[in-house]
Amino acid sequence: MVTELQRRERTLLGAAEEKERAVVAGLDALDAGPQLPPRPGPWRVFVRSVLPPLVFLAGLVGVWQLAFLAEIKPSYALPSPAHVWETFSATVADGRAAEAIWTSLSRGGVGFAMSLVIGTLLGLAMWWSRWLRAAVGPIVSGLQSLPSVAWVPAAIIWFGLSNAAIYAVVLLGAVPSIANGLLSGMKQVPPLFDRVGRVLGLSTLARTRYVLLPAALPGYLGGLRQGWAFAWRSLMAAELITYSPALGQGLGQLLNLGRELTQMSLVISSITLILVVGIAIELLLFAPLERRVLNRRGLTMR
Amino acid sequence: MSTDTGTTEVVPDVFVRPAGARDTRAPAPAAVRIEGVSQLFERGRPAVLDGVDLTVEEGEFVCLVGASGCGKSTLLNLMAGLLEPTAGQVEVSAKRPALMFQEPALLPWLTAAGNVELALRARGVGKAGRRAEALRLLRLVNLEGQETKRVHELSGGMRQRVALARSLAQDSSVLLMDEPFAALDAITRDVLHQELTRVWAEQRLSVVFVTHNVREAARLGTRVVLMGSRPGRIVREWKVTFPQPRTIEDSGVSALATEITQELHKEISRHGH
Repeated sequence: MVTELQRRERTLLGAAEEKERAVVAGLDALDAGPQLPPRPGPWRVFVRSVLPPLVFLAGLVGVWQLAFLAEIKPSYALPSPAHVWETFSATVADGRAAEAIWTSLSRGGVGFAMSLVIGTLLGLAMWWSRWLRAAVGPIVSGLQSLPSVAWVPAAIIWFGLSNAAIYAVVLLGAVPSIANGLLSGMKQVPPLFDRVGRVLGLSTLARTRYVLLPAALPGYLGGLRQGWAFAWRSLMAAELITYSPALGQGLGQLLNLGRELTQMSLVISSITLILVVGIAIELLLFAPLERRVLNRRGLTMR
Repeated sequence: MSTDTGTTEVVPDVFVRPAGARDTRAPAPAAVRIEGVSQLFERGRPAVLDGVDLTVEEGEFVCLVGASGCGKSTLLNLMAGLLEPTAGQVEVSAKRPALMFQEPALLPWLTAAGNVELALRARGVGKAGRRAEALRLLRLVNLEGQETKRVHELSGGMRQRVALARSLAQDSSVLLMDEPFAALDAITRDVLHQELTRVWAEQRLSVVFVTHNVREAARLGTRVVLMGSRPGRIVREWKVTFPQPRTIEDSGVSALATEITQELHKEISRHGH
């Protein structure tokens, strides 16, 4: 039923609407937060973030060269940078580096993928079941601080010198971080978000899918990142100790070969390769992923 | 305890609203009907609400005012179905009333349109329909062209308007608002008052608006209900008969606000000794 008053009100409101629109437009224009500074150009990026580590690295090699010239250690223990570079490029040229990287990375990838599935399921289960959280939570947190290399002897006894032993160690290293990352991500979701989901009438499942999990994503990503770091370390520890022709030659095995041959240049080359792979995964995979997620939510200063 | 309700016609007006809360004819379905509601959160502690009766008719804009801790937010949560009353009846005509919080409570990983679309998804609207409807609702709150912005790129007022659009997306005839403009600056709040009044009239909503800002209540409501504290109960109510659009500077709004404030102060001073 439309009363006279309501009709009159609506006409007046219509007239007011034009003015309102103009005020709102102006207010929004003034209110829209400060414009972000433009992205720095390639040269600035180079000067700010690429140049400093390069300069530092060059300095390090310089000190190393001086130490070599001063013969602090015999040359088999402290070879010259040039000699290491020779070994490094030879390892790269004859394909051993690529083979080792591929062997380790594929193992790490498979191990991480398994950890991802198990860790995520474990994290979800711990979220759903209060009992499970109370029972398993402290152990999972404790496992995070146990160096997973401690599992290597046990894994070898159980699985022999096999890929299974290596995967077992990788899993024990990465699963707790991923499960805990997801769990703490979900714990930090503001309760208000859940109330929003309830008010909108989303079912429990829909609230998990559309509210809880996306809200927990930053914490989960942090867990994944740490999980990968632990997986990669565990993998190197396992490869260093489990040495068998059947396992192929990963980076850890290459490193161990250098030790057995007392070839310091190969040892340093292997360490460098392990470091480069670790940095590459971080810079090419996790850092951009995290930056994207945080940028979307306005959680970074860019 | 029964409610002591005095109804004052503040400004005589040529327009007469159909009798509201105390209608003796055949009962039209009320938007919200609350009867004898009490709320205890803990045994032995004083009741948060004690014997509250409140009826909100279709199309009414009821403002609940009161000091902090008078249970007005609890009353709103009862209407929203987020709480069950310890005693009494709460009936809401809409299956699921829309609720707006003091914070915009937007999901930061979604765009403005995405937030509105989530409400539409909850209603089971199809994908294509969601997009179009979200854009229509954002246009309704004067946010045309902002649909792809993320929450952090919007100002406080814009966020609260997205939240309003999201509430409207619930397609509920009852809109509950819990101090939705309390965190905004005065200029923005003023503009949002206009916007809310327009949307209320256009969409023929029944609104329950909780605020501690008496002027805001007089500016917006068709009825202002004053609540007392400890235990929370309804002390008095005023029907506001002068028509929209009003402004917060109107002498009628001002006079009514003064009267309500005096009554509120009387109520608060009872607790001083």
